[in-house]
Amino acid sequence: MAKFDLNDDGVVVIIGSGAGGGTLAHELTRRGIKVVLLEAGKRESLASFSQYPPEAFAQLTWLDPRTHSGTWTVREDYPTLPSWTAKTVGGTTVHWTGATPRIQTWEMKTRTTYGDMKGASLLDWPIEYDELKRYWELAERRMVVTRRHGNPGLPASNHFKVFYNGAKKIGYKRVHTNYMAINTRPADGRAFCIQQGFCVQGCKTGAKWSTLYTEIPRAEATGNLDLRTQSMATRIEHGADGRVNAVVYRDSNGREQRQKARIVCVACNSVETARLLLLSESGKFPKGLANSHDQVGRNYCFHVGGFVWGIFDKPIHAWRGTTLAGIVEDETRHDPKRGFAGGYHLELAALDLPSLPLAGLPYNWGRDFASIMENYRNMAGIFINGEDIPRATNRITLDRDVKDSCGLPVAHIHVDEHENNGAMRAHAQQQSKALFEAVGAKRVVHTRQTPATHNMCTARMSKDPRDGVTNAHGQTHDIANLFISDGSVMTTPSSANPTLTIVALALRQAGYIERQMSARNI
Amino acid sequence: MDTHVPVDRREFLKGTTGVLTGILAAGSPLALIAPSRVWAADLRALTSAEGATLMAVTRTIAPHDGLEDAAYAIVVQSTDADAVKDESLRKLLKEGVATLGPAFATAPESGRVAALRKIEQTPFFQTMRVKTLGTLYGTEMAYRYFGYEGEAFSKGGYLFRGFNDLRWLPEVPLADSGPMPVSAP
Repeated sequence: MAKFDLNDDGVVVIIGSGAGGGTLAHELTRRGIKVVLLEAGKRESLASFSQYPPEAFAQLTWLDPRTHSGTWTVREDYPTLPSWTAKTVGGTTVHWTGATPRIQTWEMKTRTTYGDMKGASLLDWPIEYDELKRYWELAERRMVVTRRHGNPGLPASNHFKVFYNGAKKIGYKRVHTNYMAINTRPADGRAFCIQQGFCVQGCKTGAKWSTLYTEIPRAEATGNLDLRTQSMATRIEHGADGRVNAVVYRDSNGREQRQKARIVCVACNSVETARLLLLSESGKFPKGLANSHDQVGRNYCFHVGGFVWGIFDKPIHAWRGTTLAGIVEDETRHDPKRGFAGGYHLELAALDLPSLPLAGLPYNWGRDFASIMENYRNMAGIFINGEDIPRATNRITLDRDVKDSCGLPVAHIHVDEHENNGAMRAHAQQQSKALFEAVGAKRVVHTRQTPATHNMCTARMSKDPRDGVTNAHGQTHDIANLFISDGSVMTTPSSANPTLTIVALALRQAGYIERQMSARNI
Repeated sequence: MDTHVPVDRREFLKGTTGVLTGILAAGSPLALIAPSRVWAADLRALTSAEGATLMAVTRTIAPHDGLEDAAYAIVVQSTDADAVKDESLRKLLKEGVATLGPAFATAPESGRVAALRKIEQTPFFQTMRVKTLGTLYGTEMAYRYFGYEGEAFSKGGYLFRGFNDLRWLPEVPLADSGPMPVSAP
């Protein structure tokens, strides 16, 4: 592994080592470009992943405080965890479930398709569908996605059998074990899935793709990567010319360091990406970097989500098997007759016993709650994943009253959900209930909105600089050598789990950065 | 439950403020694995009476009649350990217990539920709710009681240990699922 000097102003500094940052680091280093990769978390390994769920949660999760407000129900149900993201080398690709559906054609043109929705800030993507499709295909081959490019699907678990039979009985046609970046057979130097059910705790066989053990070690092998762990970026600096030229961070000993840079790429997961841009306010950029049109942090999107639990009178043992290996695609369509714009996926989802009460049945206690838990063996679960409608007022700001361990204002998340979300969620809950009852569920219960694991759109790509933060390559409109390299750049959230698209965009961005460097534009 | 405490027991006991004790039910699967049917949980911030009240609070929050008291005692002991390190939590717990009064621990369930409903929005109740739900279901006793098998990596996953043994519904066509990665050992 390389070690670059703090004063080396020829390096690209990437902040964050997840799906976006980790992939970009590999793509740039294999092109011979020197990269310093800053990661706030520690480096775990297949061997060090805890198999005790509460401990695994603490090991991988971003636990620095965040505050939130607005009318969304997450405020009541998950007061201390508005967003569930990771702080570890590999970022959310360590705790993700591996689901990799693609965005639908119309989901890249929501302003055109859904029209002028009141209270929404819809926008068409500045990239054509076919252009992005090329990169999805590249990403799917790299990540070895099931049911794509000749890869077989994952086998059906008990849990999936319940989901599948219920879905078929209520007339769904497109039901299968999902598109998953989880090996069904040895591939990419990684093992196959042995159906542990411990996807979210870090996959101990490495069957699930993660930058931790794919992109990052491959980047290290090029000799062009300097990975600095437990290094928390606190500020991006710029010169008199308005170009960024350094990143200030706290190193693993808590000491402040300053790494010079030719280019800076921010990939901290939407909430923290917006926060870092805002924290980097200066005399020249008093509202923060790349924020001349007051767009940084705005249009924050997640997915219309929530769990639905079906309780049966026969055992299912839903914990045995890949956590999210099941999907219904039939509701992934724009059909206003259902009473809302856009669509959703129904995805199979299990929770381990220790996590179910607080994550999957929030605000419950007493006999009724206990009677649900008593049926843990006989429960099946669905996770709703639907398109959130962007709003300019749903945004990330700095909470100057609450400071992190570096003494810096924490991120504040404000969300008032668009009424479209409520209509979509109710529809999805009703369909899930019908699905479970079709195969004999004696009771069906659901949560309200769950904390976002999919955080998007806080530095969105836009054709017009007044509508977003970056151009179609994630290059900020304001600063040519400042890039955003994570889900923040997604123009709208679609109904697809975002990791595949984040990887695709990183692959595309790497080529652009290389060309711009070669042309001496940056 | 103190068998794992890595301190000299006499030294340790100097700091104790209370104790919870009980006996595992004779038919309990736990009785087969525990070194003794008698268990004791030392408290270092709370008195025995306060511990007993908190035991009743946890059982009212998550009432599983067949689950051993010893599992609930782990919640109380963990809460007590937090309170040793956090004076404001200690105060919160002691005040909360005082509000519930001495009769709470032995009141019938309907009375305990009514008392907790009245304080449902208080930090004391919410602390105990989160602590109970966050601790109880992670105990080995809860794993056994609910039939949860936990991690499977050390046993080769569930691939050949029942991940697809459900027989009360039709099988899924191969086109919508996928092949087993290897044949059974």
